[in-house]
Amino acid sequence: MSSPAAASPPLHSATTSFDTTPEPLRLAGLAVARGGVPVLAGLEAEVVPGEALILRGPNGSGKTTLLRTLAGLQPPAAGTIAPGAEAMAYASHADGNKATLTVQENLGFWARLHGLADIAPALAAFDLAPLADRPAAALSAGQKRRLGLARMVLTRRPVWLFDEPTVSLDRDAVARFAAAVTEHLCRGGLAVIATHIDLGLPHARTLDVTPFRATAAPGDAAHAADAFADDDGSAYL
Amino acid sequence: MIALLARDLRLAIRAGGGFGLALAFFLIVVTLTPFAVGPNTATLSLIAPGILWLGALLACLLSLDRIFALDWEDGALDLIATSPLPLEGAAAIKAAAHWLTTGLPLTLAAPVLGVLLNLPPPGFLWLALSLALGTPALSVIGTFGAALTVGVKRGGLLMSLIVLPLYVPTLIFGAEVARRGAEAQAIATPLAALAAISLACVALLPFAAAAALRVNLR
Repeated sequence: MSSPAAASPPLHSATTSFDTTPEPLRLAGLAVARGGVPVLAGLEAEVVPGEALILRGPNGSGKTTLLRTLAGLQPPAAGTIAPGAEAMAYASHADGNKATLTVQENLGFWARLHGLADIAPALAAFDLAPLADRPAAALSAGQKRRLGLARMVLTRRPVWLFDEPTVSLDRDAVARFAAAVTEHLCRGGLAVIATHIDLGLPHARTLDVTPFRATAAPGDAAHAADAFADDDGSAYL
Repeated sequence: MIALLARDLRLAIRAGGGFGLALAFFLIVVTLTPFAVGPNTATLSLIAPGILWLGALLACLLSLDRIFALDWEDGALDLIATSPLPLEGAAAIKAAAHWLTTGLPLTLAAPVLGVLLNLPPPGFLWLALSLALGTPALSVIGTFGAALTVGVKRGGLLMSLIVLPLYVPTLIFGAEVARRGAEAQAIATPLAALAAISLACVALLPFAAAAALRVNLR
């Protein structure tokens, strides 16, 4: 089995470098589909290193599908994404923690999977050091979320993708999360964050995905999206 | 890769990890056999290699749906798929972890349980050898089946239906090695065939499992 990245990875400390040099994230004519159904089409965006892109849009508008496509979990229906999935670190709705492993063991696994040895930066960034020896099963929802987010610090990937990262976080934890993302941006990283709250990031641009919703009339996406919203509304009348 | 193997082994021995489940099932099946077919030692000697192989195979099947389903449910599979570890490597490691927690204990326990079934003395070595050669194939075929059904809610039954027919060649040659060994006949041909099946499965199926995972993760 050939796995150059995983076989005998060089061990670095978490905050030194990225696996790949950060380069601008470019989406060109990107269309994404969920289960074969087109969700978003004609997406154009460019994010430079040090900048965050905030994705907005109502539930079901395709933010998660877009993030999964960026993460390389599914191919784009059309268009291009640069750089490739090897530059992306993805934090999904689910945190991927193992309930029977401790906080330390969970983070240690992800760190080693990404070729790192030291989990201290992740523990510090999300104030998890006091919980390090506790099994993940004994954590509160917000603590589990912090554990899931702390994993991103251990990825050494330049582009961080977050899907609703602040769900079940209290105000302090949201501030910690914003600080961790800000530090990542200051080191030349990029971030794409689907969220409904204002994180107060220094260099953030907002992309509302609503106008790009793919419908039966691809030529007039914005108009068709309005019609879609009307349909949704009338269903409840 | 070592990190994933270490994590899977650690999960298996923690509470609810399922380590020992297959072994206990194997023990019970073998213990029940004399009750079902009667205490005639000649009959038991005759069927011992087959029963031990079939019991090991079913015990192996029991824990297959845990290979990917748990990581799928808590989202870890998505994160592993986006990590630097190639999915082919992840599938191979998952199969290896399954074998270490299931196939290896079954192989070690089988000669002991052979005593219960009055397995003829020459058969012990060949039974252990045939299981040692054959159980890696069972694990890796099962990993492929688990990868195919990973997105299916309660897909365990479907997976069994897919996997059991694929187990047929391994069972035929594995049980044949054990039977001929017990009767002190020449075993070279089925042993070579069993080894070939195992090696081919280990070499090829991680790639098939990774392809199935990629489709299911979309």
